[in-house]
Amino acid sequence: MNIHEYQAKALLKSYGAPVAEGVAIFSADEAEAAAKKLPGPLYVVKSQIHAGGRGKGKFKELSADAKGGVRLAFSIDEAQAHAKEMLGNTLVTAQTGPAGKQVNRLYIEDGADIDRELYLSLLVDRSVGQIAFVVSTEGGMDIEAVAHDTPEKIVNVAINPEAGVTEADLAKLTSALKLEGEAKADAEKLFPILYKAFVEKDMSLLEINPLIVMKNGRMRVLDAKVSFDGNALFRHDDIRALRDETEEDAKEIEASKWDLAYVALDGNIGCMVNGAGLAMATMDIIKLYGKEPANFCDVGGGAGKEKVAAAFKIITADPKVEGILVNIFGGIMKCDVIAEGVVAAVQEVGLKVPLVVRLEGTNVELGKKILNESGLAITAADDLDDAAKKIVAAING
Amino acid sequence: MSILVNKNTKVLVQGLTGKTGTFHTEQALAYYGTQMVGGIHPKKGGETWTGSKGETLPIFASVAEGREKTGADASVIYVPPAGAADAIIEAIDAEIPFITCITEGIPVADMVRVKARLDRSKSRLLGPNCPGILTPEECKIGIMPGSIFRKGSVGIVSRSGTLTYEAVFQTSNEGLGQTTAVGIGGDPVKGTEFIDVLEMFLADEATTSIIMIGEIGGSAEEDAAQFLIDEAKKGRKKPMAGFIAGRTAPKGRTMGHAGAVVSGGKGDAESKIAAMEAAGIRVSPSPARLGKTLVEVLKG
Repeated sequence: MNIHEYQAKALLKSYGAPVAEGVAIFSADEAEAAAKKLPGPLYVVKSQIHAGGRGKGKFKELSADAKGGVRLAFSIDEAQAHAKEMLGNTLVTAQTGPAGKQVNRLYIEDGADIDRELYLSLLVDRSVGQIAFVVSTEGGMDIEAVAHDTPEKIVNVAINPEAGVTEADLAKLTSALKLEGEAKADAEKLFPILYKAFVEKDMSLLEINPLIVMKNGRMRVLDAKVSFDGNALFRHDDIRALRDETEEDAKEIEASKWDLAYVALDGNIGCMVNGAGLAMATMDIIKLYGKEPANFCDVGGGAGKEKVAAAFKIITADPKVEGILVNIFGGIMKCDVIAEGVVAAVQEVGLKVPLVVRLEGTNVELGKKILNESGLAITAADDLDDAAKKIVAAING
Repeated sequence: MSILVNKNTKVLVQGLTGKTGTFHTEQALAYYGTQMVGGIHPKKGGETWTGSKGETLPIFASVAEGREKTGADASVIYVPPAGAADAIIEAIDAEIPFITCITEGIPVADMVRVKARLDRSKSRLLGPNCPGILTPEECKIGIMPGSIFRKGSVGIVSRSGTLTYEAVFQTSNEGLGQTTAVGIGGDPVKGTEFIDVLEMFLADEATTSIIMIGEIGGSAEEDAAQFLIDEAKKGRKKPMAGFIAGRTAPKGRTMGHAGAVVSGGKGDAESKIAAMEAAGIRVSPSPARLGKTLVEVLKG
């Protein structure tokens, strides 16, 4: 689960991290009052969407030479003017895709005099099974590009969970970032705080890009991107409350209510599969036969008939879907349960597109029997290859 | 021969009394008499578990007690996510040599904690978020459907449960059969990696070919490919086929498995496929052709 920058900063501030003063607003009327709460005279007006590249992004509705999704303002009036122009419009960035995202929230923040821009993130380093700091002196840029062009400028420090952030870890980090004086002292306070927040709140990513050294020699968290481990949300009511459903695909929200692993994609063959690996492989084989999947959907191992029916309804409700491929290799999942769920969903919402079903594994004969006796126009497939060929052929007419 | 488990393996079930634990324990008992020797429940120690066909197993209050009274050398965990990490740690503390955790959805921070304990223990953990392990006609730990297996010569190792079944099913249909199939699981932090299993398959005489199935995310496949290249230089090499799931997955989106995500410019399918091919693995572009691809490799 992702949260907005202003929410991430408030969270980090509660742990004692140095962040600028700022106020989140939902309508342009609030801009003046918000800016008046800040020291000034420099303000930053930042679009709050769950995507990066906001500064270089462009608003669809505005002229091509209009400013981007993060703007400087040198007066309260200017901050207000920016807010009016930005709120409600659609920001297109390198990460939003061409459709862009509507900006419904802005964050007005006190400006900073930047001396150096650094990069810092915390993530789970799976090669060692530990949480690791990733730092670079090359902040404020696309870190993937830095990693690609100058990998030696990125330093990785994994933290032993039983020891926490040690003096030696701090020495490595501050040296890698070439920090001295007050900035170094600030960093030695900040880094253990960030690690603590990461662990306590079950984050999966904490990215500060940039982390800045100001002209006065102090450190500040200038941007913050935080994602949380979906598997740990059950123990964080406070984090769940930060969820902004307007940032998510409606089909994905509905799927999450049923605990379905669903990702909306751009193609036109809807997929319902059990198991994440097989679901990805099913997408891959559709592509291999020249078509594109409309979604990733893993109904999981222990799904009941109702969950299967819900998944089927979400898939059929997507207007892009021209055909559906159900691919089940039953282990925990029993084929008869899948068959019952599909039949129930089709009886309720109808079936307007071709449906190919491949069943294998636990209770396969029972599952096939249920589908056969349903009288529905379902094409049975012998194996995965056969299934992919049949659904692609059905769509191509 | 086989790896990790065989007809002598004695298995305790942590989370036996739940619906999932009960169903799969019945299935295991029915699979060539896999030696399921007891269940664990802190409040039901001394009671008896009864399956739907009248099977019975003793319940112990702790893994340590269960191990002491049964001589178990393995455990399988069906405990729900919130308590699963503690269940693994209990098994580590009881010095169970081989622990399999089926549970999906364990917070990754919990697994970081488990991993630190595991690294200084004598136990091996398989999983979590995995289908388990099966040696045909001898021992079934976990949730793989036994009916698709056939005793044979292929070692199978996979990050994905259902793709393991595909590989098993297809190698059975080709008449090759399996020595052991191992599902290492789809989580980013786990107990057993590809390299661990490949090392065992290389050492196992009965295993004469190997199928390795990876997916997007992390660099375990690249690490395994490098391991195979290094071993081949020492003269240890077996014919291999492989598959990588997620070629069409969009960047930055987690695809069901917590570990299946291309992020920070790492973990995409193409680099994994290239690494595996460089290590001499024939990577099938289609998940439906795993068995046939291996047959082609074996024909030379």
